[in-house]
Amino acid sequence: MPDARMIEFRSVSKTYPDGTVAVADFSLVVPRGQTTVLVGSSGSGKTTLLRMVNRMVSPTSGEVLVDGQDVAGVDPVRLRRRIGYVMQESGLMPHRLVIDNIATVPRLNRVPKASAHARALELMELVGLDPAMARRYPSQLSGGQQQRVGVARALAADPDLLLMDEPFGAVDPIVRAELQAELLRLQRELRKTILFITHDISEALLLGEQLVILRTGGEIAQVGAPLEIVADPADDFVAGFVGLTGERRLVVRRVDGVDIVVDGSGRPLGQVAARG
Amino acid sequence: MTWVMANLGLIAERALSHLGLAVPAVIASFLLSLPVGWFAHHYRWSRTALLGAAGLLYAIPSLPLFVLLPTLIGTGVRDRVNVIIALTLYGIALMVRSVADGLDAVGVPTTSAATAVGYSTASRFLQVELPLAGPVLLAGLRVVAVSTISLVTVSGVLGVSSLGLLFVDGFQRGIVAEVVAGIVATVLLALAVDAALVLAGRVLLPWTRRSRPQGSLVTP
Ligand SMILES: Nc1ncnc2c1ncn2[C@@H]1O[C@H](COP(=O)(O)OP(=O)(O)O)[C@@H](O)[C@H]1O
Ligand SMILES: [Mg+2]
Repeated sequence: MPDARMIEFRSVSKTYPDGTVAVADFSLVVPRGQTTVLVGSSGSGKTTLLRMVNRMVSPTSGEVLVDGQDVAGVDPVRLRRRIGYVMQESGLMPHRLVIDNIATVPRLNRVPKASAHARALELMELVGLDPAMARRYPSQLSGGQQQRVGVARALAADPDLLLMDEPFGAVDPIVRAELQAELLRLQRELRKTILFITHDISEALLLGEQLVILRTGGEIAQVGAPLEIVADPADDFVAGFVGLTGERRLVVRRVDGVDIVVDGSGRPLGQVAARG
Repeated sequence: MTWVMANLGLIAERALSHLGLAVPAVIASFLLSLPVGWFAHHYRWSRTALLGAAGLLYAIPSLPLFVLLPTLIGTGVRDRVNVIIALTLYGIALMVRSVADGLDAVGVPTTSAATAVGYSTASRFLQVELPLAGPVLLAGLRVVAVSTISLVTVSGVLGVSSLGLLFVDGFQRGIVAEVVAGIVATVLLALAVDAALVLAGRVLLPWTRRSRPQGSLVTP
């Protein structure tokens, strides 16, 4: 029976050499098989926290456990090969074909080329990419397609854990909505542990099973399921962050005998179908 | 022209000797420049000093170097190794900067993404940084190749076999056609090697010629 705690941050802090305190005394358990979303404004320490998990950043104090093991004692290269990583600007290797980009980690692990490529083609289908794109270079793809390749690459070695650093932050809203829906579908199928970071509260509410709302310095303002946080924000900061004071301040109004919902600026959003 | 027709074999032989000096020197200067250029790229503080020192090599006059080097390394003046070493030093002088610039051009987002997905330092250098530095390395290598092929001729003065020897011999014996043949053949050789490098670049750096502008394919 594997540990239910996939990742555990134990009082970690990070002070960069220039004196910036990016994270101070942060503790969190990331449960296995769920999507945990860290949400906070830019500069709140999200990337720093995420990079502590795969040892791209080492904490100044405290420890990070993955699968119950302090990552400080794990070979960083091996660690990274068993953790999928998806970043904002795709981070694809511009000189390698799409199929080779996806096959990167299996190939680094010395999986024979033919089987690594076969797996890459399966993954292209899984993430909704036309296999005809296998022989293109990343620069020949749209931003949304590049992000799909990034997700496929992260899944190639079938890791238990995926780290996603604002993966849909640089694509236009329509494509972003598609990618979010695709990730939800994938996660229903795969049940990975996903640690996802974003500054977009709508994205966090949509994707997160556990939500972690951060202030600057990686200070946790509230942890909980999206419904809990919206129903019972811990303080004014959280309430403001999830938008309960602005656009997302929804009101039920009775018009011609029907309950309809309007947002903060009075725009109708829909009818109330049922209560509960 | 009659001299050329009568001596085609000799010209070919001299051209081969010429390549025999230039090619090892170009390869050696490329290989030796890699660690030095990497150091200058990786440790910023060393950059100015290393590139400056490398550049200074180029200021050494070539003929005295060809003559003095044997006393330093214990070879004969006409020893081909002597010439190759001297040419390698000049090649390094030009190439180190290209290596440092080429590696700089790769960009932190790409190298950091490579690290994040699990490349080791060595695999990242060989499989990511070096190929992505390729276009800049190739540009540097073309300059080194052409400059080395031209510099080889100086060793003709020492009597070392190359196209430069045609030039020297023709000059001493007053055969104008031989002098001209030496010069023209050197230029042609440089052009041929340059063309071969461009071709090698097309084969080895395929992504540099295939990219379409981003967003030209609209399917998300
Ligand atoms: N390598 C670094 N050196 C110095 N300061 C850094 C470095 N990386 C991040 N920071 C600083 O640490 C803070 C948190 O950054 P980051 O973790 O990237 O936040 P986020 O991802 O939430 O935007 C910011 O103030 C940022 O400027
Ligand atoms: Mg960030």
